[in-house]
Amino acid sequence: MAATTMRREIELVSPTRQWVMGILFVILGAAIWFFFSRSIIEPGTLTKFGMTIGGATATIPDITVPSLLTLNILAALCIGLGIIQIVKPRGFGRYTNWVLGAVAAMFVLAFLTWAAAGKSINLAGLANTTLLKAVPLTLGALSGILCERSGVVNIAIEGMMLMGAMVASLVASVTDSLWLGLLAAVMASAMLGVVHGVLSIKYKTNQIISGTAINIFSIGLTSYISARFLQVNQQELNTPGVFPPIEIPLLSSIPFIGPILFNKNVLVYALFALLVLIHVGLYYTRWGLRMRSVGEHPRAADTLGINVFRTRYISVLLGSMVAGIGGAYFTIGSVSGFDEVMTAGRGFISLAAMIFGNWNPFGSFGAGLLFGFSDSIASRLAILGVKIPSEFLLMTPYIVTMIVLAGVVGRSKMPAADGVPYEKEGG
Amino acid sequence: MSDEKPQSEEKPQEKDAAQIFIEEVIAGPAGGQSRGRRILSSLAVPVLAIFTGLLLGGVFIILTSPQFYEALQVSVVQGIKTAWEILVVSYGALFIGAFGSPSEILAALTSGDTAALREALYPFFESLVAATPYIFGGLSVALGFRVGLFNIGAEGQLFMGAIFATYVGYSITGLPMFIHMPLAFLAGALGGALWGFIPGFLKARTGAHEVINTIMMNYIAFRLSDWLLNGPMQRPESFNPVSPNIMDSAKLYRFFQDPIRFHLGFFIALLMAWLVYWLLWKTKWGFSLRMVGLNPRAARYAGVSVAMGIILGMTLAGGLAGMAGTNEVLGVNYYMAQAFSSGYGFDSIAIALLGNSHPAGVILSALLFGALRNGATNMQLAAGIPIDIINILQAMILVFIAAPAIIRTIYRLREPAEGEEEGLVTSWGGD
Repeated sequence: MAATTMRREIELVSPTRQWVMGILFVILGAAIWFFFSRSIIEPGTLTKFGMTIGGATATIPDITVPSLLTLNILAALCIGLGIIQIVKPRGFGRYTNWVLGAVAAMFVLAFLTWAAAGKSINLAGLANTTLLKAVPLTLGALSGILCERSGVVNIAIEGMMLMGAMVASLVASVTDSLWLGLLAAVMASAMLGVVHGVLSIKYKTNQIISGTAINIFSIGLTSYISARFLQVNQQELNTPGVFPPIEIPLLSSIPFIGPILFNKNVLVYALFALLVLIHVGLYYTRWGLRMRSVGEHPRAADTLGINVFRTRYISVLLGSMVAGIGGAYFTIGSVSGFDEVMTAGRGFISLAAMIFGNWNPFGSFGAGLLFGFSDSIASRLAILGVKIPSEFLLMTPYIVTMIVLAGVVGRSKMPAADGVPYEKEGG
Repeated sequence: MSDEKPQSEEKPQEKDAAQIFIEEVIAGPAGGQSRGRRILSSLAVPVLAIFTGLLLGGVFIILTSPQFYEALQVSVVQGIKTAWEILVVSYGALFIGAFGSPSEILAALTSGDTAALREALYPFFESLVAATPYIFGGLSVALGFRVGLFNIGAEGQLFMGAIFATYVGYSITGLPMFIHMPLAFLAGALGGALWGFIPGFLKARTGAHEVINTIMMNYIAFRLSDWLLNGPMQRPESFNPVSPNIMDSAKLYRFFQDPIRFHLGFFIALLMAWLVYWLLWKTKWGFSLRMVGLNPRAARYAGVSVAMGIILGMTLAGGLAGMAGTNEVLGVNYYMAQAFSSGYGFDSIAIALLGNSHPAGVILSALLFGALRNGATNMQLAAGIPIDIINILQAMILVFIAAPAIIRTIYRLREPAEGEEEGLVTSWGGD
């Protein structure tokens, strides 16, 4: 644990990063003023935020704010934080990432205030769809984390999710049991995981090729079965139904976030549980320490008596199972039915979320929320009459991932032995 | 995977024949093989991979056919008979769809009716048309592999190429064909090259891995084309996301009358294959590029700029993939539609690997995949087998190529001597 976290922390407080971050905060603040504040000409324009999701009983009243004033305050806050970051010795130090999160949130809020100036926007509804869209992305990212922390690159998340989605729909429709559907999705995805594991661990195949093969295979198989069976007999084979939402007493009556977080179906709760489990598992258990050491320095791990191959097999298997849950979410967690290629590249956004979240469970959940947000706001832009084409918002996950990967805003650090097949010495 | 189990019962008969054939080919002393022997033995794994892929695909088709189970309930013999019939009908339709029906071609030849002959030869030429973008795409990925880069972004580069070519194709008017067509083609190559340059540059300057960046660039290209085709580049008075038609002067020349769509692009693709071969194996530049791919550290000591090699490699690879999209617009569709490519980018990876990242190999495997893809359309119409079977075949072939040990185990082939097999790409984290 020591070596990696040390390096990560050292990187967080490097001087270059300090001023790059500071400048970024200032730029974001200036952008709020330049693009948003100045475009509001009419004095007294108000923005109304809806605070209750559709169907829920209102716990807090909707909020109406003066648009221009709000924008200017947000801009000033961002610029102020930026200046502190630059001027103060070491800036915000290890809290920089939290400040970055806060600035990003303020920028988003400013964007919404501006977009809905003179109109209203349902903040609760937006938060709700953001979470729902983040669920499969984060599950996919968790799958990637499990695989890659042990040193096996998994670009087959897309294929595994697609397989999980199809199998879940098919099995749940045939057996009339959503739980069996979920189980089958996990098993099917695990089977792909076994293939990926055997190819990349035993046969030492290039892991990207192996992942690509699995992706192509899954697209082919799911579309084939869909065209041959599911589409022909929709009623019996492709109508699985959806897990019903379960309201958690007490928690669900928390104002604003209660109905959003605690009145969801079991797959969403599974995500919350997995987040905590994997975080604790990775950083506070012997299993996690071993797994990470295998991903960082397999030879050293081997010398200490850790079975590198077994550790990697288990990680890939667990990872693919998590991807299977993510896949099941598409069919039995949200829309009740499989469409050909319905994951539509979300497996690859998961990959982006994993990188953006720096191979950390909660980091990638944050990234998943960000990407989910850009996805859910994109569909509302037209309604609000904003001139920005929604396609550009949909590009943001990919662009920010490239920026993060290039190390412009703090570098994300992949496990050192990621993607390198392990060979025993003399074996 | 349980679907594939019964195949083990069928295999023994198959294995014997193949085994004898392979032993014929491989037999003899390991050292001092003749050039012909070497080529043959290097063909063994790809050929067997294709064969095994088709075999497993056949098993899969049988296992997903309801008729098979119905017949099986009657008797086992009936089941086997039906299985054989399904196989013959499906793969027969695949063959006829890919090459045309021999009897029709013969009849057309004897009758001397040119229209009928064109109709009869149409499938064959259509396979060539389908193979053309595969050659470009396969070359793109193969070139990347040779420079030690994994260009998983051929799809996005293809989109950018198509966008650029389409724009030049319809917006510029009044040019003669011999200027407009090459101009549009080069614009397309440029669009792809730009999309390859960015991840190449990022890798060279910051070490950001090209696999992730090219994946991201793919989706940026998709969204960009979505926006363009729904906005600035949308055909006037159209509600569909399609571009205007390109000018006649920008179209690639078609050699025959309708329905045959065989066009100049095929020969441009062959030319490009030769150019890639020439560049990589006959020039100093190409030598240093391959050195970057084989051993970047050694290249650095030898005074080769690894960064330049990476940037150049990705740019050229992008340009080639851009040509694939250009070819589709200027030679086949004459306009660009949303999501017009059916995964050529990912297929290209399979093609490059099957062709051992060599231009000649790429041409051969592109022809194979073109024929398969084209034949599968007919298989869907005639035998009701969804076209997606092609992806399944492709994935299996890819696995067998990528893990030759599997094929060697199945067919008991000799292990290659140390150093005989070239490594393809440097790994994810390693440099």
